[in-house]
Amino acid sequence: MNFTHTQSAHCESGVIASLVTHAGLPLSEPMAFGLANALAFAYIPLVKLAGQPLIAYRLPPRFIIKGLCKRLGVKVSFRKFSNPVMGAEALNAAVDRGQPVGLQTSVYYLPYFPEEMRFHFNAHNLVVYGRDGDNYAVSDPVFEEPVTVASRHLNKARFARGPLAPKGLMYQVESLPDKIDYAQVIPAAIRKNCKVMLGAPLPIIGIRGMRYMSRKIARLKGDHHEQRLFLGHIVRMQEEIGTGGAGFRFLYASFLQESAGLLKDEALASASKKMTDVGDEWRAFALSLVQECKQAGAVGTHALAEKLLGCAEKEAEVWRFLQDWSRV
Amino acid sequence: MRFDQVPQDNSSTYAGHKKVLYAQDAAGHYVTVQSSGWAVEEAATCDAVAEYEALAEQARLAVLAKAQSPLLYHMYRSRMDLPLLAQVSGIWRWRIRRHCKPQHFSRLTQKQLQFYADIFDISVAELKTIPGCPA
Repeated sequence: MNFTHTQSAHCESGVIASLVTHAGLPLSEPMAFGLANALAFAYIPLVKLAGQPLIAYRLPPRFIIKGLCKRLGVKVSFRKFSNPVMGAEALNAAVDRGQPVGLQTSVYYLPYFPEEMRFHFNAHNLVVYGRDGDNYAVSDPVFEEPVTVASRHLNKARFARGPLAPKGLMYQVESLPDKIDYAQVIPAAIRKNCKVMLGAPLPIIGIRGMRYMSRKIARLKGDHHEQRLFLGHIVRMQEEIGTGGAGFRFLYASFLQESAGLLKDEALASASKKMTDVGDEWRAFALSLVQECKQAGAVGTHALAEKLLGCAEKEAEVWRFLQDWSRV
Repeated sequence: MRFDQVPQDNSSTYAGHKKVLYAQDAAGHYVTVQSSGWAVEEAATCDAVAEYEALAEQARLAVLAKAQSPLLYHMYRSRMDLPLLAQVSGIWRWRIRRHCKPQHFSRLTQKQLQFYADIFDISVAELKTIPGCPA
């Protein structure tokens, strides 16, 4: 099968963008991400990952695919399996029919990942587009080149248990819309995104979530080791987990820029610039977090909290600007 | 971020791979730029890896002292902690804690051992041993 591998910043938006493109509707990763109104922020102290609170810079797994397809009218079929053998058979059947298939997998069991990156994260997405005996041809969007994976490893990764268990989830693009009215879908996506960032009913989501995290940093307890783990965790969630830099802010700025071009809208272009500045601020925040990790007191928790508050207020400004724009 | 500000720090955590970042080119247009790593991100990742390694080493010493069973060592070596292993295996935490004691571990059936070994992606023989102790 001819499948064009495109390296992307984020696995989920990368997979759905390349699947939709393969089906015949050219779509870039930033557009897929932005049209799914996927940018978010959440600090959830009750859900712990390796003892650390859940910090997310985007919507939960599968929301990007579902949100994008709903907005564009692309039909995608999802299947889960209770039995790994049935899951493998369904995958083989689809691949033999010549259809690329998106899969949800666990990073830990994929042998081509660098050793240091293999953590128990169950919501990694990739595309299988071919099969040769016992090996699958896999297009993993965060890698430079397609890879081959033995069926034993792939099955294990598909049926890993634990939080966000994939349960063998596979999905395929079924049909595409006749045409897309960008003048309608782009403002709708931005409007929805503003709502998440500015108007979420919980104080731990959106801009309020950032302020909440800032208060947490200012009141950080425990010895340096515990603080270091927590601060390092923030950096990892923001930079390491395939975000395209600055917790997806650059990816979103790229979406705003592309939209500005499509709609010939100057306001969006300036919003893109502002979002880039916000992203740079987040990068600087990550840098000072690591300085504090390396040496206690190098920056100080209060200064860190102030920095984060700065990011939050700067980003809030962009969202308010976009909100006004999308209302007109 | 401009394309010339994209860090190229050759992070060890990337193992020679490159990751895509979105950055602006000279004209201000967004493009994808490959990055070979960022020292900031590398430091955070290495910290997280080192934490598990330290826990595994502590567990290894405890196993050598016959205070804990190899299960504890393999749990940390697989980058899991107790809540995660409980969730992944479906075994209650207090039972796993019990299986981490040598006297209970030695009474596990072949089937139970195989169950743990599958989760860690190792063989039963490996599950029963730790590095630095052939028995």
